[in-house]
Amino acid sequence: MNYQYNIGCSLSNLKGIREFVRTSLKDQQVPEIEMSAIVLALDEMCSNLMIHAHHCNPEHMLELHIEIPAKGKFIFEIVDDGSIFDINEFHEPELDNLVHQKRKGGLGIRLVKAIMDSVEYLRRDEKNVCRLIKVIK
Amino acid sequence: MVHIKRLQEDGSDIISVVGDIDASSSIELDLAIAKSVGEGFKKILVDCSALEYISSAGLGVFMSYIEELKDKNIPMVLFGMKEKVANTFSILGLAELLHIASTKPEAKKLADELSV
Repeated sequence: MNYQYNIGCSLSNLKGIREFVRTSLKDQQVPEIEMSAIVLALDEMCSNLMIHAHHCNPEHMLELHIEIPAKGKFIFEIVDDGSIFDINEFHEPELDNLVHQKRKGGLGIRLVKAIMDSVEYLRRDEKNVCRLIKVIK
Repeated sequence: MVHIKRLQEDGSDIISVVGDIDASSSIELDLAIAKSVGEGFKKILVDCSALEYISSAGLGVFMSYIEELKDKNIPMVLFGMKEKVANTFSILGLAELLHIASTKPEAKKLADELSV
C-alpha cells in the first residue's frame, strides 16, 4: 500500500498531516497507543522542517509518503528541497538543562528517536528524503 | 485547534484545555498559564480531560514554567489525561518532572499538599 499527501509549509496544516497518517493506517490494526505515537512523530518531523528549513512559508511544499511493504512495517518519507537537518547529528539537551533554561524546544527530536526504529536521510531526484521506519510486532 | 477556558474554584485557577496542542496552537496554552501566574493565583490546575493531542511544542510550554512556578511556590497539577496523551509525557520521562493526577479531587489534594 502506498499513500501520498502534499502540503504547504504552514503550521496550520499539521492537523491535516495527523489526519492523513491516521487515515492511511486505519486498517492496519495498529494499537491506539502506537498509532498516536506514530502520528506524533510525523507531526514533529514535519513541524521541524516547516519551521527550520522553510520558515513556515506556505508556498513551500512537503510531500509525505507512506508505504506499507509488509504487515506491521511502515515506511514514512518526507520529501522537500529545503536545507537538510539531520536529527541523528543533533545531540538533544538533557531534560534538566531544558527546565533550567526555560527552553520550549528540543523535545521533538527526542520523541521521534524514541518512537521510530530508524531515521535516515537520502537524496532522490535532487530532493531531500527523510525516511522514518517503524515496525510493530 | 485548541480551546482554552479558565475558571476559578476554591482559590485555584483551573485551565481547561480542549482539542489539540501542536506547534500552531501551543502559544495559547502559554498565554493561559502566563495570565494565571500574572493574576496571582497560588494554585494552577490544568484539566486535560478533553485534551486529544499534545506535541513537543505543548510539552515544552509546561516544561518552561517548572522553574518559575517553583520559585514562586505555585503548584501546577495536570489531571484527567487520556492514556494516549499521558503516553507522550511518559515517553520523555516528563511525568516525573511535572505534577500529574488522575482526577480533579486528587489534583486539588496534591496542589494543597504541595503549597504547604
